Amino acid sequence: MRVLMFGWEFPPHLSGGLGTACYGMTKALASKGVDIRFVLPRLGGAAPDMPRRLQLCSASGVTMRMTPQDYQAILGRLGEAGQGRLVPEAWRNWSGSVMRAFWEKHLHIEPLDSALFPYATGQSYAEVLNAGDFSRRIREEGWAWASMPRGAHDGPMVEDTINLHGGYGPDLMTEVFRYSQAAVQLAGSSDFDLIHAHDWMTYPAGMAVKAATGKPLIVHIHALESDRSGMNMNTEVASIEKAGMEAADVVVAVSHYTKSRVVRLYGIPPEKIRVVHNAVTRSQARSQLSVPQTSDEKRVLFMGRITYQKGPEYFVEAANLVLKHMKNVRFIMAGSGDMLSRMVAQVARLRLGSHFHFTGFLKGENVDRMYAMSDLYVMPSVSEPFGIAPLEAMAYDVPVIISQQSGVSEVVRHALKVNFWDVRDMADKICAVLRYPKLADELVRNCREELKNIRWENSADRLIRIYERCIEKHAGGGC
Amino acid sequence: MPSVCFYFQVHQPYRLRRYTFFDMGQNHFYEDNDSNREILRKVAQKCYLPMNQLLMEQIEESKGRFKAAFSLTGTVLDQLEAWAPEVIESFQALAATGCVEFLSETDAHSLAFLYSAEEFRGQVAQHDARIEELFGQKPQVFRNTELIYSNDLAKCAEDMGYKAVLAEGADHILGWRSPNYVYQPASCSKIKLLLKNYRLSDDIAFRFSNKQWPEFPLTAEKFAAWVHEAGMAAGDVLNLFMDYETFGEHHGESTGIFQFMKALPDCVLNHPDFDFRTPSEVADSYAPVASLDIPHYVSWADAARDLSAWVGNDLQNDAIEAAYRLEPRVKALHNADMLRTWRRLQTSDHFYYMCIRSDDAVHKYFNPYGSPYNAYINYMNVLGDFELTLQKMEEEGGKPGWQPAPGSLA
Repeated sequence: MRVLMFGWEFPPHLSGGLGTACYGMTKALASKGVDIRFVLPRLGGAAPDMPRRLQLCSASGVTMRMTPQDYQAILGRLGEAGQGRLVPEAWRNWSGSVMRAFWEKHLHIEPLDSALFPYATGQSYAEVLNAGDFSRRIREEGWAWASMPRGAHDGPMVEDTINLHGGYGPDLMTEVFRYSQAAVQLAGSSDFDLIHAHDWMTYPAGMAVKAATGKPLIVHIHALESDRSGMNMNTEVASIEKAGMEAADVVVAVSHYTKSRVVRLYGIPPEKIRVVHNAVTRSQARSQLSVPQTSDEKRVLFMGRITYQKGPEYFVEAANLVLKHMKNVRFIMAGSGDMLSRMVAQVARLRLGSHFHFTGFLKGENVDRMYAMSDLYVMPSVSEPFGIAPLEAMAYDVPVIISQQSGVSEVVRHALKVNFWDVRDMADKICAVLRYPKLADELVRNCREELKNIRWENSADRLIRIYERCIEKHAGGGC
Repeated sequence: MPSVCFYFQVHQPYRLRRYTFFDMGQNHFYEDNDSNREILRKVAQKCYLPMNQLLMEQIEESKGRFKAAFSLTGTVLDQLEAWAPEVIESFQALAATGCVEFLSETDAHSLAFLYSAEEFRGQVAQHDARIEELFGQKPQVFRNTELIYSNDLAKCAEDMGYKAVLAEGADHILGWRSPNYVYQPASCSKIKLLLKNYRLSDDIAFRFSNKQWPEFPLTAEKFAAWVHEAGMAAGDVLNLFMDYETFGEHHGESTGIFQFMKALPDCVLNHPDFDFRTPSEVADSYAPVASLDIPHYVSWADAARDLSAWVGNDLQNDAIEAAYRLEPRVKALHNADMLRTWRRLQTSDHFYYMCIRSDDAVHKYFNPYGSPYNAYINYMNVLGDFELTLQKMEEEGGKPGWQPAPGSLA
């Protein structure tokens, strides 16, 4: 089985859990004999431990070629895109204007002047604000870039090289658009059975390749715009998500929690959605850093992006309650994000500073060290489609408290669970874990057993069955 | 002449309310009496009242040939007195027929036998006095909480003067032997051992309303035929032991459980060789066929039939050991409120809720907490406050320096 996969991040360059999930998933799929061509905006360094069947390739640097005749021919066939199939010679030569026409026809984007981005950090948020009218920028720069150079209609062959930065900068929407162009070009040079696209940034690429090749499309939801931004949704992003799910043959959600949101908020029929839970890789559980215990002080950890979605303010409120009754506790908030400065201010206002610490964004060994030195991990997310981090904490024998509003709570029995808004319950459970050592021991022991069954291999088995059914149905003309 | 011996367990715990770390030292209201009252009223309407009525009719119609035994825990008696005294009256009416026996047990439905001989004897004495006061009979047969049993328990019950003790007829203690005889516990010379026939008991208690069961629907005729077959094959007594809530609660009225029980006595008595006897009558009528050596604890819970449902993991052991550690301090105070509250914290249900092996649907059914961890956290917070209160009273020389008494508002 050959899968053309579209993703936005991959180790070693990570921003959120998306890259971690894609890495674990593709490795397990490859070990089970699935050939994967994984397209990234750009390649940055070698990923660790790459299996043979997994081939990474970069969208950046792809050269677009087409003649005016090709261009006219494709424009003529565009009407069929989305329902019918284009002939291979034609889609090989898709370029800017065709793609733009395709977007306009199939994505129905309603531009909104919003600076909110998935995974936006405080810094990039500021950059976006400085950049001014974002939608205008897309229209003028993105679309303009995409349209055919002047005189192309009667000129010679046109060549254009795609250049992408990757990541989640203020020009994200332009990058998404360019990435989808490159995707079609890359699809022409590879042979594959189906398309698998991870999160909204790659849905346009998946849709375009499906329209061009007629191959079945699976879109994989790791997070929804509504998870990231709550009521302040970016409607451009949400409309791309919706279009991608509608165009897909199968929608894969990382949890039942996410599935129900997709049904409710995006109106996708439930029978089209399959749930495949995330997992944790063995190697992530490998390192047992020994951290010297300096005192009998306990450490409670929040680690993740400090954004609305992750519920950092509930962690601060719970810390405030706990510190009123217990003194030998330190709270640690590791990560960065657009709510960081608000959190610092809140901690100062509550006069918790001597027991509440911010580490900034951690990576590499510091992440391992942070887990290893913690006595408790808390994930108070407001809306967490899955949430791999608690599994990582569990791999370090750290007991976890997780929000009920998360996908991971569907697969973990031996964690304490709270509603994110119930700060008192959260604080009570934090006190219990710190005060009753038998509770922590029992949680850790049972989690160790539980982790043995939360494996990417199991998720890969489910995905392969979904692939097979999808290809079968497609061959039978069902798609 | 084989006998059928029914014994029904009647129990409701005092469930705890959500009691957080931040309640500790602030208030001493531990029990969720809104929900306790609601559950008790519901079970009284669905089970206790209609079933007592039904049994009364059976006794009258059979002219006293139908008999049964009850064990009522102290916690259910407390709740009935507070919220459904009419149920107590209907039990008293049953007691007056002379066809109903009341058994002895630990008042708080506790695991005291495993932790404190003194506390065990204290609770049993408390319970026996109460049964005698309410129902006019002094219990002669002992059953320990959840049928937890071993040689040691039998010896202790013998020393306390009981004529019989009940236990689960688990396969692993019986081997090839039949539960349908009276046995003599090893190292005992007087007391007799009655074993639950778990197959026939569970046909009623667990399988009756299960539509996937090949024998569904179970009729009184069919069940009586099984009883006759088992009794005629070999045996003196068929011990049918089950929760009283089986009738109308676990199996709702619509399953036909009441019609089944209405028809059953006649169907059993249709065979001239069969009769109904209470546990003490069985002990008086039949000689032990053999001595039975049971050095390790057995119970009637789960498939394991051991103690693991209550004290099988560290959470449970930590909690229960912490509770019993307070015994000398509680008793030194000589304060009735503190003793009552401490005893209610010994009720086995609190530890049952902390069982991790809760893939069992039966555990889920009874568990008011979402998880064993929540049960542990809540219990430890309550116990923590109880200990703080204890400490304060000790410092004040035993005089209650606070209002109101810990435990409940009731």
